[in-house]
Amino acid sequence: MLRVTRSIHFSTSLRYWIADLSEQENRKRFGQDADRHGHNYRLEITVQGEPDADTGMVINLSQIKEVAEREIMSRFDHKDLNHDTEYFVTIPPTPENFASLIFRLLDEALPKGLLNRVRLYQSSDLYVDVIRSDR
Amino acid sequence: MIYLTRRYGLAAAHILAQPSFSEAENERIFGKCANPAGHGHDYGFEVSVTGPVDIETGQIMAPGLLDEIFEESVGRRFSHRLLNEEVPFGALVPTAENIARVCHEALAETVRNRSTARLAQLRVTETPRNFVEKGDLS
Repeated sequence: MLRVTRSIHFSTSLRYWIADLSEQENRKRFGQDADRHGHNYRLEITVQGEPDADTGMVINLSQIKEVAEREIMSRFDHKDLNHDTEYFVTIPPTPENFASLIFRLLDEALPKGLLNRVRLYQSSDLYVDVIRSDR
Repeated sequence: MIYLTRRYGLAAAHILAQPSFSEAENERIFGKCANPAGHGHDYGFEVSVTGPVDIETGQIMAPGLLDEIFEESVGRRFSHRLLNEEVPFGALVPTAENIARVCHEALAETVRNRSTARLAQLRVTETPRNFVEKGDLS
């Protein structure tokens, strides 16, 4: 089995904010992350499989690019995670929650079982890996 | 599985030499790294933890807590030090391998004591051209 990775970049604004909590409770729980801020995210998308005998490819990278464009870039690039998406109303957009969501979106869009890992860099010194556990 | 990784750095000096060996023997084994006057590196530490994501905070661990754990276990012990003079180095030569083992042990214990997470992996980068990993994040 081989692993192939393609990376993309996007910029997004966010704050850690639970709609059902008061402003005071949100600020107490999340500190300065409760204030609107933004990140330059870098996402590594890793697929795992055997290369096709004819094409020599695990998957055509243009297919990953197309899925990433549709599922990730169009949803999140230059968007606000709280206002422009429905995912972070009851949970905060921590890198853990965001990476888990991204894994789910890509896993549903790619051929079954192909996605092995997403690594979401929130900055050059902080990232979260979500790795398929049924390997 | 889900892992949070944070990268830290510190500058430290070391000498790659086994005190029980002769200077000539150390120079044969470790080459220029055996210079008795020492040399140093900007070490990088990628600390990966795993565990349940807390429902309220959405986090495996608050990044600030991991910062404290790193500072306590590694940063304040080894930053701007000659590693050969710091416990447990000396007869234990402060190669990148041994630095990784020593820091992995210290970090694993502190993570265990202060959080619900566990240390999954430590990567120690000695120069842009070499690093050592200990752990199970693949």
